[in-house]
Amino acid sequence: MIELRDIRKVFNEGKPHALTAVDGVSLVLDSRAVTVLQGPSGSGKTTLLSLIGCMARPTEGRILLGDREITSLPERFLTDVRRRTFGFIFQQFNLVKGISALENVMLPAYPLGEHHASLKKRARALLDLFGILPRESARSEWLSGGEAQRTAICRALINDPQIIIADEPTAHLDTKLSREFMDIVGRLKTEQKTVIIASHDPLVYGSSVVDRVVTMRDGRIEVAGQ
Amino acid sequence: MGNWFERQRNIIDFTLSSLLRRKGKNLSLLLVYTLLVFLLASVMFFTHALRKEASLVLQGAPEMVVQRMAAGRHELVPARYLNAISGIRGVSAVRGRRWGYYFDAFTSANYTLLVPGRDAPATGYISIGSGIARSRLAAPGDLISFRSYDGEPMVLMVQEVLSSGSELVSSDLILISEQDFRKLFGMASGMFTDIVLSVRNSKEVATVAGKVLKLLPDTRPIMKSEILRTYDTIFDWRSGIIVVILSSAVLAFIIFAWDKASGLSAEERKEIGILKAIGWETSDVLLMKFWDGAAVSLTSFLAGVLLAYVHVFFTSVMLFEPVLKGWSTLYPSFKLVPFVSPYQVATLFFLTVVPYTVATIVPSWRAATIDPDSVMRS
Repeated sequence: MIELRDIRKVFNEGKPHALTAVDGVSLVLDSRAVTVLQGPSGSGKTTLLSLIGCMARPTEGRILLGDREITSLPERFLTDVRRRTFGFIFQQFNLVKGISALENVMLPAYPLGEHHASLKKRARALLDLFGILPRESARSEWLSGGEAQRTAICRALINDPQIIIADEPTAHLDTKLSREFMDIVGRLKTEQKTVIIASHDPLVYGSSVVDRVVTMRDGRIEVAGQ
Repeated sequence: MGNWFERQRNIIDFTLSSLLRRKGKNLSLLLVYTLLVFLLASVMFFTHALRKEASLVLQGAPEMVVQRMAAGRHELVPARYLNAISGIRGVSAVRGRRWGYYFDAFTSANYTLLVPGRDAPATGYISIGSGIARSRLAAPGDLISFRSYDGEPMVLMVQEVLSSGSELVSSDLILISEQDFRKLFGMASGMFTDIVLSVRNSKEVATVAGKVLKLLPDTRPIMKSEILRTYDTIFDWRSGIIVVILSSAVLAFIIFAWDKASGLSAEERKEIGILKAIGWETSDVLLMKFWDGAAVSLTSFLAGVLLAYVHVFFTSVMLFEPVLKGWSTLYPSFKLVPFVSPYQVATLFFLTVVPYTVATIVPSWRAATIDPDSVMRS
């Protein structure tokens, strides 16, 4: 369970161009469920997602991961929580160019000091699971949209995180690939993963695998959903 | 420990594949860097080895040389000076030397002619250094013609070519009999070029020099330590010239390296953002950048030092020969005894590897401390 208590995030606080991206959000997100944060551009979905994923700290408020309060953790511990608990899928997939799909998948685990051979074995198993093992040595820029997306998903799963966070994952995909992505999300759900997605794509928030849709506008929650 | 080792290994692995991604940029940097280390190391190795060799040669030299001066110029010494000096307490041996320079118009080279203290060639014969043998294409049994002080031709037969092992000192050397020497230069008998003497107790060399000066005020005693110091100064000065010439190259390299290392491209910045977003700590990114800098600088350093070693000790410093080996046209083609001081290698290391590695890490620090959510916001 993830609990947000009166979260506020202000960028450039105290400056003339200060911007309140998230304003007084309180929310409880269930584990092993698929939650979609929905809303127009600038509604604060991505900022809220990055706060939940320990990528940034809230200006005010508290975030609890299970029983653990994570907002006051020092940078190092926060990074450790982030890499062991969360897997991220970004809008443009953000694969590192010039290296192979396999290396991209292995990247998040490098600093954890796992034996290289066993890490490689796990990464290949993941690529195999998502049907792109034949493309393991292809450079990331040579991958098709669908292959890049699945590589990004494998990368998000390499540290076996409990929570998957995806920011506008279908923004650059056609309908077929977007549906494929939601099928994968359904698979992750059956594997007892918690999935939180920020999206304003009807194919996402209207999908049958989604348990809850939270609607946001101007940094606040408009509809908390069920 | 295993965990720590694997972490380093994984990050080094990624660093190396990152370097290979920018092959052109990194290869050109590696080449320029290697060339710079090579040039600096060549100068350092060569001057040091040469100085070491000179000091080894001078080990067998007399403790003191006494020259007679007239109007501030070097003058011939009469035999009575020898008697006067041998009477000084503490002096164990005194010997007069006859030597001089001869300009050979045929090869436009200066030769050093010396009457050896013992085993001098017989009258009419000479032993020549290998530099002269090369330039005059002379072998034992050949005749070499000289022009004496009064314009008369003088023909001497080559008895032997001096071994190339002592080429540093013997390249332009001609050993000649006393009689031929005096005939060639018109020197009166009983006159010497200078006097060499040995002192029983090496601690008393300065005292003996003082006594010589007191007894014979028109002389100049030169101690071995002074000769060594002069050699050091000459080699320092010569290597200084090269270093000054190289300084513009060093400066160009610093600008190039600083630009490469400090100017993180937008792509590199984005990459650091991605790494942070997927769970890398600031320290992980810095570790990667450290290995990045270390891989480039260490490879260049090792390659540069190795090439310099081959250049100095196997090709006889092909590139700097004219500047470093003196004014003579008869450059000795000797092979230096490989001698590298660890202190020099350490100096070179701290002057090249450390600044570059630091220059790579510092700018990355700023990029590495960005919030990981910047990737999501970009």
